[in-house]
Amino acid sequence: MDMQKIKELTELNGVSGNEDLVREYIKTTISPYVDEIFTDALGNLIAFKKGKSSNIDIMLSAHMDEVGFIVTGYTDTGLIKFANVGGIDERILPGKTVLLGDDKIPGVISAKAIHLQEREEFLSNWKQRNLYIDIGTEKKDETESLVELGEYISFNSNFQELGEECVKAKALDDRLGCAILMEALKGTYEFNLYACFTVQEEIGLRGAEVAAYRIKPDLALVIEGTTCSDVPETEKHQHSTRLGKGAVLTIIDGSSYADKDLVNYIYKLAKDKNIPVQFKETATGGNDAGKIQRTGIGVKVAIISVPCRYIHSPVSLMSKKDYESSQNLALAVLEDMSSNMNKLQSLIKEEK
Amino acid sequence: MFELLTRLTQTFGVSGNEEEIRSLIINEIKGKVDNISIDPLGNLIAMKKGNVNKDNCKKIMLAAHMDEIGIIVTHIDEKGFIRFSNIGGVSPFVSISQRVKFKNGTIGVVSYEQKLDDIKNLKLPKMYIDIGAKSREETEMMINIGDTACFCGDSVKQGDYAISKAMDNRCGCTVAIGVINKLKDIETDNEIYFVFTVQEEVGLRGAKTSAYQIMPDIAIALDVTSTGDRPESNIMEVKLGKGPAIKIKDSSVICHPEVKKLLVAAAKRINIPYQYEILEAGGTDAGAIHTTCGGIPSGAVSIPTRYIHSPAEMVSLEDLENAVKLVTEAIK
Repeated sequence: MDMQKIKELTELNGVSGNEDLVREYIKTTISPYVDEIFTDALGNLIAFKKGKSSNIDIMLSAHMDEVGFIVTGYTDTGLIKFANVGGIDERILPGKTVLLGDDKIPGVISAKAIHLQEREEFLSNWKQRNLYIDIGTEKKDETESLVELGEYISFNSNFQELGEECVKAKALDDRLGCAILMEALKGTYEFNLYACFTVQEEIGLRGAEVAAYRIKPDLALVIEGTTCSDVPETEKHQHSTRLGKGAVLTIIDGSSYADKDLVNYIYKLAKDKNIPVQFKETATGGNDAGKIQRTGIGVKVAIISVPCRYIHSPVSLMSKKDYESSQNLALAVLEDMSSNMNKLQSLIKEEK
Repeated sequence: MFELLTRLTQTFGVSGNEEEIRSLIINEIKGKVDNISIDPLGNLIAMKKGNVNKDNCKKIMLAAHMDEIGIIVTHIDEKGFIRFSNIGGVSPFVSISQRVKFKNGTIGVVSYEQKLDDIKNLKLPKMYIDIGAKSREETEMMINIGDTACFCGDSVKQGDYAISKAMDNRCGCTVAIGVINKLKDIETDNEIYFVFTVQEEVGLRGAKTSAYQIMPDIAIALDVTSTGDRPESNIMEVKLGKGPAIKIKDSSVICHPEVKKLLVAAAKRINIPYQYEILEAGGTDAGAIHTTCGGIPSGAVSIPTRYIHSPAEMVSLEDLENAVKLVTEAIK
């Protein structure tokens, strides 16, 4: 499977609230395939493809933003204080390299060397508030002239293939979803298709809420990267998803209860088409579906995800096969609904 | 009233799986309202026309959530034991040794890993459900990942008090149906929407979308509330049997003073007992409704209930009767 698009997307920096580069890349690439494209007030990129015969509105959603950091202050010695944007495990931070701002100024997240630590310090975890970013400057004003307060900071991590099956990158959550939406826009469908590349998911599903309100779709499909915990020290019954076992369907999570008929339909379709599929076996986490489901008079939603180990870190890892399964499943759903409008009608019907 | 309450509490309706309880309610109310519809999330909306020729004709929404707490299957192990997650507020301690019932009738026993070092550390991931199957294959013949189950708890009447699972919130549903019965042959000034909402226990979800569709002038949630009348209770001025509670506030809403006044005035007019409710932890549908559509004045009438979110929730039937009278008087 060609991973060029994933490489290009994940190597762009787009921390929540600063999705411009990702939006520009997507906009340029998809413009030839869509009837209309616009950016809303919050920065969501919404691409519209008019249906050939029907006025049913289907919304696809994938978020463009990724977790990262923001500059909050300086020390007299020129070090940078920073805050997290989105959920990041502070214990993974020391020793990581980062890139600051549009100029991609390199920096390292620093902590006291092992030689200098007291035993208690050594035994306890680093707190984010005690960490700094060092960009090799010596004075506060020197740092200030290079990096403004409020500047965004991204993990510095290139896309890399690991072994035959896997890839490592930052921001797989959710550039893989963006890539699948871009692929979906190449097709033609009987229904109206709105592909929403949303902003600020990682800090509260904010973009999806307003995008869904504008569209008020009849049905929505969210494409996500999700947790994968088939790793040592996690008991088998707490594995949320398993790497290499296919596209993931969510039944319930902290933010939404996917529409049961829709999930069953997608699961059956995957089985019919021999696309590997698995259910997410934990009920935690949340994504854009939570806001979309509760928009307007209510929206039927389902979520297709790709398992990502070490998600929200610079080294998230996914299986190329799972990515392929998820893309195939998303496209199969759209094609099947388009060629079987009665089925689609029955999925979205309102009972009287 | 107890007979209806029993049928409602004993019917399956875990959040997101309200199909059975919804059918039962439809059967109870059809022919007694002017229109019945089901929205995309599954809310049941029953409408009774008002007198549009009157200037003071208002759109009033009554919201009673029909879902109940329960569990959802997340994993089945090699030996056929089921691991699960909660739907809504499920206490691990209350769940120990309880029976649960799946939609297809399968009964399971909730237990926990014996090697646990300290019972204080008990969390749901250390618990499992045993349906008496001998293997994974046997379990999978009855149960799949994603299936939900409710807790088992018979309906019993003793004096004025009744005990059952799912009093939260089939009590609210009973009151709403009671009001429909009282108003069925009466022409009301107001247009009334009786909404039996879904997914309240997982975040007031159905109330939000149904309020958006209806855009009412006023909304009143019908739900249960806690009490402060047990041995060494937390302090709370609500007691079983002292009348329906008119909500002042909880964690989700500060009730609109005009709605509170409307309810108090109604109670005084017909001379029934009532009490004020200030619930320190917990919310209700009014929380989601009052911030919808630019703001909707909202309040709530609550049924005082002991042991909420357990299989043995306890209420006073007289409180229920009085709640029906209070709400009918307030909205007609």
